[in-house]
Amino acid sequence: MNGLAVLLTLVLLAAVMAVVSRPLLSARKPDESDTPEQAELEAAREAKYREIRDTELDYRTGKLSGEDYQSVNSALRTEAVEILDRLDSLGHEATDEQQEATGEQQEATGERSDV
Amino acid sequence: MAELGGASLILALTVCVYGIGASLYGVRTGRAEWSESGRRSVYALAGVLTVAFAVLELAFLRNDFSFNTVAETSSATTPTFYKAAAVWSSQQGSLLLWAWLLSMWSSLVLFLTRKRMRDVSAYATAILLGFGGFFISLMVFYATPFATTNPAPPEGVGLDPLLRHPSMMIHPPMLYSGYTLCIVPLAFGMGALLARKVDAEWIKAIRRFSLAAWLFLGIGIMLGARWSYAELGWGGYWGWDAVENASLMPWLTGTAFIHSLMIQEKRGMLKVWNVSLVLATGTLAIMGTFLVRSGILNSIHAFGGATLGVPFVVLIGVLILSSIYLVSSRRDMLRSEHRLDSLLSRESIFLGNNIVLVGLCFVIFWGTYFPLISEALTGHEASVGPPWFDRYTVPLALILVLLSGVGPVIAWRRATLANARRNFVIPLSLGLMTLVVLLVTGVADSKPFALAMFCCAAFVLGSVGQEYWRGVRVRRTIAGEPAPLALVALVKRNRRRFGGYIVHIGIAVVFVGVAASSSFQHASELSLSPGQSTKVGAYTMRYVRPTAAITPKYDPAHTGSTLSLGAVLDVSKHGKYVATLTPAEDFYDSGEPAQGSVGHLIGGQPVSQVSMDAGVTRDVWSAIAPNINTPRLKRIVEIGNKTIPIVRPDEGMIALAVMAREYMKAPPPAEFHLIVSPLVMWIWIGGAIVFGGGLIAMWPAPSAVRRRVSVRARSRAAQGLARA
Repeated sequence: MNGLAVLLTLVLLAAVMAVVSRPLLSARKPDESDTPEQAELEAAREAKYREIRDTELDYRTGKLSGEDYQSVNSALRTEAVEILDRLDSLGHEATDEQQEATGEQQEATGERSDV
Repeated sequence: MAELGGASLILALTVCVYGIGASLYGVRTGRAEWSESGRRSVYALAGVLTVAFAVLELAFLRNDFSFNTVAETSSATTPTFYKAAAVWSSQQGSLLLWAWLLSMWSSLVLFLTRKRMRDVSAYATAILLGFGGFFISLMVFYATPFATTNPAPPEGVGLDPLLRHPSMMIHPPMLYSGYTLCIVPLAFGMGALLARKVDAEWIKAIRRFSLAAWLFLGIGIMLGARWSYAELGWGGYWGWDAVENASLMPWLTGTAFIHSLMIQEKRGMLKVWNVSLVLATGTLAIMGTFLVRSGILNSIHAFGGATLGVPFVVLIGVLILSSIYLVSSRRDMLRSEHRLDSLLSRESIFLGNNIVLVGLCFVIFWGTYFPLISEALTGHEASVGPPWFDRYTVPLALILVLLSGVGPVIAWRRATLANARRNFVIPLSLGLMTLVVLLVTGVADSKPFALAMFCCAAFVLGSVGQEYWRGVRVRRTIAGEPAPLALVALVKRNRRRFGGYIVHIGIAVVFVGVAASSSFQHASELSLSPGQSTKVGAYTMRYVRPTAAITPKYDPAHTGSTLSLGAVLDVSKHGKYVATLTPAEDFYDSGEPAQGSVGHLIGGQPVSQVSMDAGVTRDVWSAIAPNINTPRLKRIVEIGNKTIPIVRPDEGMIALAVMAREYMKAPPPAEFHLIVSPLVMWIWIGGAIVFGGGLIAMWPAPSAVRRRVSVRARSRAAQGLARA
């Protein structure tokens, strides 16, 4: 093996060791911004919002009757609020979001479409 | 530099082993720093393999023929683009490409999920590194790309002429990106099962990667079909070849997964089905990789002889057994959270679509692996051809296209009959009108499947068009926007839905092209002499004169062709000139001195140069097999073999020049393959529409918009409940 190849291999090895050993040598613990339950609830929340939007779009484009829409929409919103309440209990979406929600409510005039 | 490449592979293997250990130790002991170290091993692996890939790429670009793979697949005269792409034309180079792409996609997914799903990610990391380690081991122990010969030969063999087509060079990176991206959902699926965390989060994490796998695999399949049509001399784009089928199967199960995961996201249903699909798709991707490079179906005896076959079979066996174990041992936590509300719902249509897609995959799997299964059971090798595949896949494809038109007009959860009736009026009318027009005009007489496909495609266009129309109308009513802006806003706001609708249109267009070109093709294989004509469908083709050329005057693409013989064909329709075609056949050096000093110059596998006039309504396609074995031409070769020394190829070329002149002076009849195929171009157009739609569906919404949406939706959710 020629000298340049040996040198480059050693440099590569040093780089690899530096990359993989950093968390082991660092005093700072790896950060996980959400707890597993929180992350699960956030994923469920996004899916629920999407479902609410899809349902509204289905209704407005004539695929759902009014009666079915009310029923499904109500069920979805109940589920959404349950998820949000569980998230709140985990301390997520704290006061600054509530303030934002208040501001948004003032902005909204009646029901605004997600479409 | 080969030493650096070889050392990189060994270092990469070491990183894989370390990373697997660190990840598993971290997740089992709860020590997050070790899981983090394992994740960083993937980044390090990507870096090391990038170095290895760069070493090999540079060797090709620098014409370093001391590298065996460079000498075997490249030459100094190979154009630079093909040199750069020749890296993956060999077994060894393609393994390196596979491992490198896997490391890059793995790094991306682990970076994006670095702050989430710690347990699932740790297991997924170990699995991804396991796959990486497998492919690197194949290179280290069986097929290294960095083997060298000293002294280096002065020139390389050159790239296989069949591969000198842009489609064929881009096809492997696209296909391998698709295969390696299929491994990402598999790893996270297994990780979720191992960590016993099988809810919404892992599905959300891998959704885009599943879409990306589907997109890249699909592009790779389309490019392969295009290459087959434009480069090979048989005139078709899909022959149900084992290699083609190997890539189609994971694409089908991937398509099923993309649909059924929406049901899991919305309703918490089909968890067992989805995780099984993900595991099956990844396993099929590995089986496709194995099939291409083992030669198992070309010759059953090659299985035992191919050194890579056994490790792949072991890996596939481990994947299948571990998948079955994981799914069955975790079935309690995979129970559905809800049941189907109604048979008349989008969920049930998606279920139907899934069954059809998996059914298609099963049919293709059976037909592809049947020779192997047959020999195992009976001791006799058997095979099935295109008619067998067509018999079972065509009806399933019809149902699939029909369902792709039904789905968009049915609501989630439940639809009423009255609503469904109203929503089907326009699409059904369009389908029926198409049927009437085609019957009245006699276009599709005696072609019931083609007729059915055209009507189904019209139905799809009607249903998707109606969705767009109604969506834009709603948007305009609420937001007061002009139609074009409303359309853009509608798609931006609902990328998944409306991107998916575009995909459905693309699929319908592809199948229209397939149905038309298969059912209404006119083909002729015959012998013509200069001045003679023949009719193919409504077109008259006249053999005007022969063509002949020898390198270096010819061969602008530096294919290494020594002699090219062809023809000029004039194409006309109802007496009007349409096009001029120039098909040819290129002859190559066989490298076999035993064939003689002139004989070996044209003794290699000839390659057909297709000539076609492609149009929106039809393609006129031609290929030629000139006869170089006439007594006069053979005599020239014999005399050349006797009088020209083998070490004087330049004098051998003079003999070829004499052959070319003789061919022009007294051209013998040539065999022509002539085809007129309607609507072939719509296959490629449909493919582009499919992938455009896929890109839209995959594109993420900006996070700021997501945040505002979440807060607004919360207030509205609360308002809605207050009103109720």
